[in-house]
Amino acid sequence: MSTILEIENILKVYPDGVIANRDVSLRVEDNTIHAVVGENGAGKSTLMKIIFGITSPQEGTIRFRGKEVRFKSPNDAIRSGIGMVHQHLMLAPDLTVAENMVLGIEPRKRKLFLDQEETLRTSKKVSEEYGLDVPVEKKIRDLPIGVRQRVEILKALFRNAELLILDEPTAVLTPQEVEVLFKTLFKLKENGKTILFISHKLKEVKQIADRVTVMRDSRVITTEEASHLTEEKIAHLMVGRDIAGDRLPPSPALGDIRMSVRDLCYVTDENIRALNNINFDLRAGEILGLAGVEGNGQTYLIKTLTGLLEPTSGDILLENRNIAGLSPRQVRELGLSHIPEDRMDDGVAEHTSLEENFIVDRYYKQPFSRGIRLRWKDITSHSMDLIKRFQILTKNSRTPVGSLSGGNIQKVVVARELSSDPEVIIAAQPTRGVDVGSEEHIHSILKEARDRGKAVFLVSADLDEILKLSTRVIVIYNGGLVAHFPDASAVTDKDLGPYMLGVKKEEGSSGKIHP
Amino acid sequence: MNPLLKSIFSTEFAFAVIRVMTPLLLPALGVAITNLAGSVNIALEGIMLIAAFFGVLVSAFTGSLFLSLLAGIAAGVALAAILGYFHLKLKADIILGAIALNLFAAGFTIFMLFLITGDKGSTSSLKSLVFPSVHIPLIRHIPVLGDIVSGHNVLTYVAVLMVLVFYIIVYKTPLGLRIRAVGQNPDAAASVGIKVDRIKLYALMLSGFFGALGGLYLSMGYVSWFSRDMTAGRGFIAIAASTLGGNLPMGTFLASLLFGVVNAFAIYIASLNVPSELIQMIPYLVTLVALTIFSLRTLRKRPAKKEEKKLHVDEAAL
Repeated sequence: MSTILEIENILKVYPDGVIANRDVSLRVEDNTIHAVVGENGAGKSTLMKIIFGITSPQEGTIRFRGKEVRFKSPNDAIRSGIGMVHQHLMLAPDLTVAENMVLGIEPRKRKLFLDQEETLRTSKKVSEEYGLDVPVEKKIRDLPIGVRQRVEILKALFRNAELLILDEPTAVLTPQEVEVLFKTLFKLKENGKTILFISHKLKEVKQIADRVTVMRDSRVITTEEASHLTEEKIAHLMVGRDIAGDRLPPSPALGDIRMSVRDLCYVTDENIRALNNINFDLRAGEILGLAGVEGNGQTYLIKTLTGLLEPTSGDILLENRNIAGLSPRQVRELGLSHIPEDRMDDGVAEHTSLEENFIVDRYYKQPFSRGIRLRWKDITSHSMDLIKRFQILTKNSRTPVGSLSGGNIQKVVVARELSSDPEVIIAAQPTRGVDVGSEEHIHSILKEARDRGKAVFLVSADLDEILKLSTRVIVIYNGGLVAHFPDASAVTDKDLGPYMLGVKKEEGSSGKIHP
Repeated sequence: MNPLLKSIFSTEFAFAVIRVMTPLLLPALGVAITNLAGSVNIALEGIMLIAAFFGVLVSAFTGSLFLSLLAGIAAGVALAAILGYFHLKLKADIILGAIALNLFAAGFTIFMLFLITGDKGSTSSLKSLVFPSVHIPLIRHIPVLGDIVSGHNVLTYVAVLMVLVFYIIVYKTPLGLRIRAVGQNPDAAASVGIKVDRIKLYALMLSGFFGALGGLYLSMGYVSWFSRDMTAGRGFIAIAASTLGGNLPMGTFLASLLFGVVNAFAIYIASLNVPSELIQMIPYLVTLVALTIFSLRTLRKRPAKKEEKKLHVDEAAL
């Protein structure tokens, strides 16, 4: 067997100092299906971007078909015979399948004109050659997502791709469409193509991959024949951590139920069940941790709980009042606060001052406004108070939030959310991308809130954080809760891994868990 | 019969409709092509004005119709290219850039007018050529039809021809395919090696070309002089026409025809004893009404879709 792609000692550091790939080496054998697995942030996507010429590494070499290559743009990669199917499909919705396929290399007649017969003919030819059926004359807009993806694959084949990169191709597909995609990939392999695909769904990997590369913390952990690996083994390699920090001392007192979620479902516009019969209770004086690989419904859950999305069905009881479908302001008025997962998009307005960000949820109340006037004296003194209490490093309270460091911006969000004296706190990725000092500080703030009898719902992709802070842990997989650990202090990441990756499920099916 | 009605159901009225439609149709095609490319050009007002001015100027000084045609087109395309430079190279908002160019064109033409003729109102002191009228053989002798479609200015026929040219460019050439792809999903276009900014620039320059023909018609066909602000909002009505027409060649043509009817009507009604200010409002009022109806229709389609989805979900739940 020959090697089609050989990557050696790749180092990639992004301008913000984040190391995405360090010392990454990888060999892809010709005519195989090769899976790259890893948690979010493990460096898989960056590696694919490097291979496809979207971004370039600081160090390392790439050899394609034995020849060293240095792609400056995706065009170079395409010309060499590499194709990529992005997660967000690159198709023009109002053009036909055939038009999308020939785009950029259109057949012409009399030099100036588009040869429409030839467009249709060659598109049909490629589609038949690989046995991938697509209606070449239909508009993309009128096709289901699975067929659109097939068009994207054909687009790459039309450009003579020998190596096809697929970035989490199954993330947007229904189970039936996944089956069809796998048949397609097998067909391509029969036709001599090589497939490199990213996934974090282990069942799929076992089902179709010949070889598997596991990435963790920007490094390649191992590359092995898929037949030598079990799902449990891969799961262990993916999440296996050495360092687990100290755990919080247990809560002083567990109080009453503050929030109850009952049969919560959310179906997206694409008709995908993002949340499937979620049930749980949140008590005063506890931190309930939600563990899960990102993209398994956490974002939808947070958004439905905080009023940003209306659930398709189900109830969210906050102090015995159903808040499902209420506006964010109504939900907040009832004593819920929300530390959003994306602080720059949903947490702050970056060009406005700390003061304005501090009162954005309560500017209409006393003492911050009276009549139609804002009372800046009170706003400033409130802001100075928060800056001191939460140790926010800033020149003054009128500085634009965007000029602070990530950790301090996050503290601004946390300060605002906790200063409204909420009963329930939804904290999503509260320490993502912040420095160690700020992380510690935010953790102690959440602990203090817990000790004061507040109910905290913690959603985090960082297992260490979940295990350190949580009183109880629940696990989400594929839109449903699959496990409940009533005592977090007895749980390790190795216990959570198999549930997070869908290898194990409590009581057989999702939706049955009722913590 | 009422004299007004009588004059409206006359061949003269139909003839006037086509005459009035011409300076709307050409800029409307210009707006439509940039709309398809995803960077809508609202500077057609300025483009027409500049082209109208330079056409008259060159014709007065050279006496060559051909040179004035070239000068008008060059001026219009150049202004569109400047907008492209602002928008694509300097990354300025295209709406702001277009507003600036519209204001610039208005001021610049008046300034030049004063510099050259000493008159701030019009070029009546300069002798401008006019594009000839054409009588179509055979058709001109057909009763009614001949009276309506024959004998128009040559640029009117060019305008109708441009509908076909627009169709061919957009739907029959690789350039058109790329323009549509860039407008619908620029990332997709870029991912197959298409230079998105370059395609947008081409679309803008084409809009400059269409707009320039419209401007030339105004000063060298419709009348035979240039006067300040003579476009009188036609470049803006053109935006409405292309929107109503769904940026489709035939749709834009029909929408322009509709506005032509309204404008012609306003001209005819002026003979009655109605305040002229009121009459001048009519075309703009109709534009507002047409756009409102259009938007309501599009809006009504949307909730229907949502209902469908809800049903779908219920089925899935069962």
